[in-house]
Amino acid sequence: MNFHLGRLKLLTPSILAAVFGLSIIASASAQTIGVSIPAATHGWAGGLNFHAEETKKRLEAANPGMKIVLLTANSASEQANDLEDLVAIHQIDALVVLPFESAPLTGPVRNVKRRGIFVTVVDRGLSEEGIEDVYVAGNNAELGQVSAKYIKERLSSGGNIVILRGIPTVIDEQRFDAFIEEIEGSNVIVLDDKHANWNRDDGFTVMQDFLARFPKIDAVWAQDDDIAIGVIQAVRQARRQDELFIVGGGGMKDIVKRVMDGDKLTPVDVLYPPSMIATAMELTALKFLSNAPINGDYILGSPLITQDNAEDYYFPESPF
Amino acid sequence: MPEIKITRSIDLKTAGPFVALIALFILGAFVNDAFLSSGNLSNILARSSFIGIVAIGATFVITAGGIDLSVGSMAAFISGCMILIMNSLMDKIESLPVLILIAIFASALIGAAAGCINGLLTTKAKIEAFIVTLGTMGIYRSLITYMADGGTLSLNFTVGDVYSEVYYGTLLGVPYPVWVFLCVAIIGYVLLNKTVFGRHCFAIGSNEKVALYSAIHVDRVKTMTYILQGICVSIATIIYVPRLGSASGQTGVLWELEAIAAVIIGGTMLKGGYGRIWGTVVGALILTLIGNILNLTDMISNYLNGAVQGIIVIAAVYLQRGAWRKRAPT
Repeated sequence: MNFHLGRLKLLTPSILAAVFGLSIIASASAQTIGVSIPAATHGWAGGLNFHAEETKKRLEAANPGMKIVLLTANSASEQANDLEDLVAIHQIDALVVLPFESAPLTGPVRNVKRRGIFVTVVDRGLSEEGIEDVYVAGNNAELGQVSAKYIKERLSSGGNIVILRGIPTVIDEQRFDAFIEEIEGSNVIVLDDKHANWNRDDGFTVMQDFLARFPKIDAVWAQDDDIAIGVIQAVRQARRQDELFIVGGGGMKDIVKRVMDGDKLTPVDVLYPPSMIATAMELTALKFLSNAPINGDYILGSPLITQDNAEDYYFPESPF
Repeated sequence: MPEIKITRSIDLKTAGPFVALIALFILGAFVNDAFLSSGNLSNILARSSFIGIVAIGATFVITAGGIDLSVGSMAAFISGCMILIMNSLMDKIESLPVLILIAIFASALIGAAAGCINGLLTTKAKIEAFIVTLGTMGIYRSLITYMADGGTLSLNFTVGDVYSEVYYGTLLGVPYPVWVFLCVAIIGYVLLNKTVFGRHCFAIGSNEKVALYSAIHVDRVKTMTYILQGICVSIATIIYVPRLGSASGQTGVLWELEAIAAVIIGGTMLKGGYGRIWGTVVGALILTLIGNILNLTDMISNYLNGAVQGIIVIAAVYLQRGAWRKRAPT
């Protein structure tokens, strides 16, 4: 398998052995798996699309009877339409869905489940429990926590930090809240936080303004690697790269490369792998290829990427 | 009596955007001392140059009664093309400045061609500009996403280092993008206000039929405005690409709306027939200032940024239209 997981933390570890230990039997009957994900509107989602395409190709090549229909949506309502199409037109046997937003898609996914279709939910949990058969997700809270821990330790004698947040969504909230919870009680002072919408241009602009506003910044939590790229340029422009360090998030190849090369400005990165879609698709395919029990929650870890382990997370061929 | 009223309201139309700009400056200085620092002011000017240059092109299109929704996607697409051209010529051309000049030339060519397509589809194929440019907007947005494989196109670091001077370099202490912005504004002003072409834009925007009967080459002039818009977009990308050296599906999102907003804040009529370049420049500055001031304060919840922007944009246009004067008892 070519997907790269940080740490696969299973709620029931025995499942892992069962899943990966079994021999895959090619099935004679045809199955259709529908995959519905957000369109590649930012770097991370680009990585998501890349891994979804790759996994589709690999699964279809390895299992002649299997058909995978991959649909990308630009909004929650478009995704709800996609789900209807997958059921009505493509007559799917299983659904892998990364909901655009949790609340608006809970109903549509429940409707799919009611038809007796096997449902795997990825990354963003639904607002109602017990709908999905399999849940695969990264750990947003852990991403915030791991980032805060690193910054707290580096600045144990105190320091000023600024935070660049993503698009105002549940994901951003979870990361931010966990970060703040972890940083509270330490000597680190959070000067301010602003939304940089997970893109480079906003990362650049917001950081320029932070630099103009605060004469002394010791660290930046950029939360996302696209934002981090913008931050790096703004810091360089202000010639303040010796004064601070930046912690991004996601595991973008450009940032991981910097970490690998020992760049002082970006000493670490925190993983949030877009390849989790591959995990979800493989698991869902197993449902039809074996009798192994796969129902349950699969929470992937958000480990700290340092110079020592960066090589394990560096994938130059991925777009992210 | 009525004559006096008219002169008054025209004065206000000219002054309106400037009043709003000055008010924002005072607000900014009040909110944070860092606002008036030379670093921050040059950031604001350099930042507003992208939207500003695009908006100058949009002033022509809108004055002549058209609209171009494709500019943001077009900017992303041209950025992507420039990056791909530079990366692929890396091995073939030794001199980096020559390489960059080729990319700049290509950018202008693509911009003009893209504008020409919009213009011809509007004038020759007789499709509404709104629909034509809505279509091309989707096309360019998809193309850049496709070119970048859903991810981000990054400029080769060696070229990027040399090219970055175009964004980060300064002349007489003022960043290059600001000089480019100024030059485009001056050329735009002369073209719109001092030439036959400019007068034709006004005439067509006021009444296309009458313009046609007055022996104005309506189709040619209108197509020309879209070509100018395309060239302006390409100039904006020429200074945008060296900033971060990357382009993705996220590049230039909503630039079209920001450009149109800048044009309208500046006093150009959305229905055409009247346009003002300096107003557009001020409009672009106002839009950038709002974002900058919001970043310099934590008084307003981040979630309300959009609301503040909306209120200021509406207030600025209200000032400029002078509707409050007309209603006031004399």
